[in-house]
Amino acid sequence: MAFNTTRRAMLAGSGAAVALTQAPGAHAQSTGAGGGTPPSSMPVSFTVNGTAAELELDTRVTLLDALREHLELTGTKKGCDHGQCGACTVMVNGTRINSCLSLAVQHQGDEITTIEGLGTPEDLHPMQAAFVKHDGYQCGYCTPGQICSAVATLAEIRAGIPSHVQGDITAAPVFNAAELRERMSGNICRCGAYSNIVEAITEVANSDLGAA
Amino acid sequence: MRPFTYQRVATAAEAAAAVAGNPAAKFLAGGTNLLDLMKLEIERPAHLVDVQDIEGLNAIEQTGDGGLRIGALVSNTALAADERVRRDYGVLTRAIVAGASGQLRNKATTAGNLLQRTRCPYFYDPNLPCNKRNPGSGCAALEGYSRQLAVIGTSDKCIATYPGDMAIALRVLDATVETVQPDGTERTIPFGEFHRLPGDAPEKDNVLAHGELITAVTLPRPIGGEHVYHKVRDRASYAFALVSVAAVIQPDGTGRVAFGGVAHKPWRVEAAEAAMPQGAAAVTAQVFADARPTEHNAFKLPLATRALAGVLAEAKG
Repeated sequence: MAFNTTRRAMLAGSGAAVALTQAPGAHAQSTGAGGGTPPSSMPVSFTVNGTAAELELDTRVTLLDALREHLELTGTKKGCDHGQCGACTVMVNGTRINSCLSLAVQHQGDEITTIEGLGTPEDLHPMQAAFVKHDGYQCGYCTPGQICSAVATLAEIRAGIPSHVQGDITAAPVFNAAELRERMSGNICRCGAYSNIVEAITEVANSDLGAA
Repeated sequence: MRPFTYQRVATAAEAAAAVAGNPAAKFLAGGTNLLDLMKLEIERPAHLVDVQDIEGLNAIEQTGDGGLRIGALVSNTALAADERVRRDYGVLTRAIVAGASGQLRNKATTAGNLLQRTRCPYFYDPNLPCNKRNPGSGCAALEGYSRQLAVIGTSDKCIATYPGDMAIALRVLDATVETVQPDGTERTIPFGEFHRLPGDAPEKDNVLAHGELITAVTLPRPIGGEHVYHKVRDRASYAFALVSVAAVIQPDGTGRVAFGGVAHKPWRVEAAEAAMPQGAAAVTAQVFADARPTEHNAFKLPLATRALAGVLAEAKG
């Protein structure tokens, strides 16, 4: 009788079970509509958090999907996948970018730092520790991007990169809450934890930039 | 995303030839706009020619006549941060840092920024007609929600705006665009002639031929004055302009001004600049004399006048 069918039997007979047992990355990207060029794959190698990675990837795989689906570094999050939310922020050669808007094959030879490379649960990066201390999140989904972006933001201020809220554009930028809000505007937090995020980054900035 | 093949090239001539020889090929630089559009299958290149390795395109150099030559691959962040740009062309730094986010400015390039496509919501929605995305299919924006769209230079085929900030400053600075054409020869395009009005061919954003590669943007020698970029938008940061004003104002009250967020290209009417000492309304009356706003975006006309008035007040100090 149909109603006696077990959940296991249902799954075994459905597409869901097939997807669950596939290797990671096997369905990272849809193939899109048919016709035209067949899928194309290429070798690419780069360094992630100090470890060399050599991959053979469909040209369509983004840096974000290479990290998450192929290297299983799932700390970096996929939010909007269109460069609007900042959840996928990583550092490439020391500079923060949206990993969703970059193809993996564009990064041959690059040095990539993700949230996993900043610190570990046993040895937190000061920015990670400050986010924990100040409760700079609610659901936590945007947090890895917020932390990578925050670390890079302080480096950008140190490097003298100007911002929209600067009074004198020829002067060296300073750290304050207005600068922070402007420079972190590419990282959206749907829970609205912004005030605690500002407190966390400010604490690190005061020890960091103060000592610089 | 549709499948594509990918190639890296070492020289500008090689890049131009590689794209010119394949109607379905496109250049790839930072990719921040192109990859977004490829995910939505609005852009469907079958082959990408990545230009990031081309030598000599990533520098900002002094020119013989005292100007600056900005390589096509210079990032928005690097251009905005350049000391010479901040000192002598402040409106350019101001415009760049008013756009996008820190992450995007780090990846986006000078040439790519000029080639970014409109953010018209109907261009972005493949379920609706759009003459820019699908020539001949019609324009859903004409009878649609047009608050963000163009008020001048429009046609009955398209009322999209050019979305960028940097280009508005480059227009007011009289920049030129340097390219390599598919046959290997170079050409120089005055900035005011680079972007097109939509007319009967809104699918063409600019005058580049297929396979023509931007190699640099050149600024003439500095003109002094107060450099101001004022951007009016719905959020304080990370939003496209409803109206923006790029201006260079001299101590005697004369100056130059270009507007963003109002047309299919940076909008500048040089003849109107003679009215600058008479104030904002005298200027915008001429700049927007031929405006054809919709009921949703007619507010942009008084907004442009008020934004310019604010700029003139700021320049006076």
